[in-house]
Amino acid sequence: MLKSFPIGGVHPSENKLSRGAAIETFPVPETVTIPLSQHIGAPAVAAVAKGDKVVVGQVIATAGGFVSSNIHSSVSGTVTAVDAAVNGQGLRQPAVTIKVEGDEWDPAIDRSDKLVRECNLEPKEIIAKIQAAGIVGMGGATFPAHVKLSVPPGKKAEFLIINGVECEPYLTSDHRVMLERGEELLVGVTILMKALGVNKAFIGIENNKPDAIAHLTSLAAAYAGVEVVPLKVQYPQGGEKQLIAAVTGRQVPSAPALPIDVGAVVQNASTAVAVYEAVQKNKPLIERVVTVTGKGLAKPGNFKVRIGTPISALIAAAGGLPEDAGKVINGGPMMGRAMVNLDAPVTKGSSGVLVMSGSEACREAADTCIKCGKCVNVCPMGLEPYLLSKLSRKGMWEQAEKGIITDCIECGSCQFTCPAHLPLLDFIRLGKAKVMGIIRARAAAAAPKK
Amino acid sequence: MEKKLFVSPSPHVHGGDSTTRLMRDVVIALLPALAVSVWVFGLQTLVISAVAVASCVLFEYLIQRWLLKGASTIGNFSAIVTGLLLAFNLPVNIPVWLVILGSLVAIAVGKMTFGGLGKNPFNPALVGRVFLLISFPVQMTSFTAVRPDAMSGATPLAFVKEALKNGEKMENILAQINYTDLLTGFKAGSLGEVAALALLAGFVYLLVRKVISWHIPVTVLGSMAVLSAVLWGVDSQHYMSPLFHLLTGGALLGAIFMATDYVTSPMTHRGMLIYGCGIGVLTILIRTWGAYPEGMSFAILIMNSVVPLLNKYVKPRRFGVKK
Repeated sequence: MLKSFPIGGVHPSENKLSRGAAIETFPVPETVTIPLSQHIGAPAVAAVAKGDKVVVGQVIATAGGFVSSNIHSSVSGTVTAVDAAVNGQGLRQPAVTIKVEGDEWDPAIDRSDKLVRECNLEPKEIIAKIQAAGIVGMGGATFPAHVKLSVPPGKKAEFLIINGVECEPYLTSDHRVMLERGEELLVGVTILMKALGVNKAFIGIENNKPDAIAHLTSLAAAYAGVEVVPLKVQYPQGGEKQLIAAVTGRQVPSAPALPIDVGAVVQNASTAVAVYEAVQKNKPLIERVVTVTGKGLAKPGNFKVRIGTPISALIAAAGGLPEDAGKVINGGPMMGRAMVNLDAPVTKGSSGVLVMSGSEACREAADTCIKCGKCVNVCPMGLEPYLLSKLSRKGMWEQAEKGIITDCIECGSCQFTCPAHLPLLDFIRLGKAKVMGIIRARAAAAAPKK
Repeated sequence: MEKKLFVSPSPHVHGGDSTTRLMRDVVIALLPALAVSVWVFGLQTLVISAVAVASCVLFEYLIQRWLLKGASTIGNFSAIVTGLLLAFNLPVNIPVWLVILGSLVAIAVGKMTFGGLGKNPFNPALVGRVFLLISFPVQMTSFTAVRPDAMSGATPLAFVKEALKNGEKMENILAQINYTDLLTGFKAGSLGEVAALALLAGFVYLLVRKVISWHIPVTVLGSMAVLSAVLWGVDSQHYMSPLFHLLTGGALLGAIFMATDYVTSPMTHRGMLIYGCGIGVLTILIRTWGAYPEGMSFAILIMNSVVPLLNKYVKPRRFGVKK
């Protein structure tokens, strides 16, 4: 029996169209737009002004706090604007726009392919390097990596878990990274283990990637304490809490509890490679692998792309937007965000771009709830989606809070499975945001007055 | 931005399940039992089933369009399921006008009064059946002989209950009952309750298609078996054996097709276990000590009324909470 998370889950069609497409290096675009908020936490503060010359790897914005991240230039050229730019969802967000001139790199960055295994840095130095390199969770959540690695006093990390699950349908960027950058990934894992002071690391991979499992298992034999764990193909296996439970059997309780409370720290597979590059090669997070996919695309592929490259350029490289395109999603089909502006840039968290046809993208009309209970059975958090959705719809926040709406991980399994096509998660998400606001306001009111 | 794109929150894909698909699967799962019924009772089975289905669909359409003024809902197969289940709960020689009346009560009172599919607290087909059973007891309990050597006149349950009341010895009573007939359907009874094997085939189909889970049927039948085994063990001269209980009356039809009705059964697996046990226990109690030989319909309706409470208090196992 393959390991899996304990309750709920669904199995969407995998559609990993680009699984066999090797990573291609995408050409440097003419201009890049680099948002200052590509992570969870405070936006970074711009450190350049219009007209400044920058090189690849230069800091262009500094972290706006501990839970924040540095932003580096992914190209060399001239800053043409430090202003608001429209992001993929149509919102204006601060960004630095750079006109590309040549490809001049910061000389401190080691651009050779030579594998550097040895790392003699102290844990604190490693974390400082990761923080300086602006590394965030590359699976999509974009939580700053150094925050997770800084274990709070009184708590202890027991193991590192590398998330190579990639449970989202269509996406294959982590899969390709695991296959093509396995050695770097494993060195990254050992560095992360050293930073955390743990001697055990698990790499969780869904069983639909047998080549990646075999490859990393054979490589991992040379690295002490690193174990590859094949996991059942079950969505959302890559959810942080689900992955920890699948690999270790430990369940992280409701917030404010964190993975570290059960001794676990989770980092994404691509993040581990970025950590390797940052610590061993002095290379900040300026490029990442992005899957560009969809049934209507002529050449679905995986591209190594500079951060800030317009997504429209990626779609063009994969064969261009098909005639019947109805929806473009930044991320996977279960949790990704529908885009309104295709010229929006690739960011640190962009693992994929999915183009869906109009008929695929259209939702069916919602019917009446027939109380089949399927949403309850697939919820990986053991919640009652039909009830939380209804409470949110009716604005019954107090009951929604008691129903632990804040536990919802927004995986979408309930809505995916609902035979009545009810927009369950739409309302739950709304209610969750509202309830979290109420909880914050309550905490603020209860806090001692200055 | 020349091209217009859809924008919506995630998830952007759907599993493809639909109310219509689920209801259609229930109809398919009922077909083996319908076939056996035609074999045992003849073509009149089809007449009754067709009348019940047609009237249920028609009444739902009329009420939905002309009284509730809503969009038609008959396309989702649920009225067909109700009609078929009602027909399965009727004897073959019932007058056709009673079938129509039963359908009217099932759909109008049992379902549409509450707002239609998804809102009715009681299983509509059972509301129709119990209405007929109480209002027209004679027509509802006269069963024709299915063949010369088979039992006739009364269902096996009624036959045994009557005989026990008359002080006959259990061995003598049981000598007149053929278990093979119970399995294959050659016994007196309602259209759909006679063929145990065909109903079980439908159960397997529903499980494979993931229309229902095992929880309700297994707990209904399991609790019936356990309770009747205890009684039988105490006094096998006065109480019927577990196997007899499971193969007679609407036990299988009720456990597999009636108790599992989505709308009127609990949302959580834990709730389903309690609900199923309640139905099983009540059925045996009614069969053993109640006025009616058969207790499944009443047991399900009684437990239907408990479902809102079960949904309120029996919660699913939550992630991250110690048991």
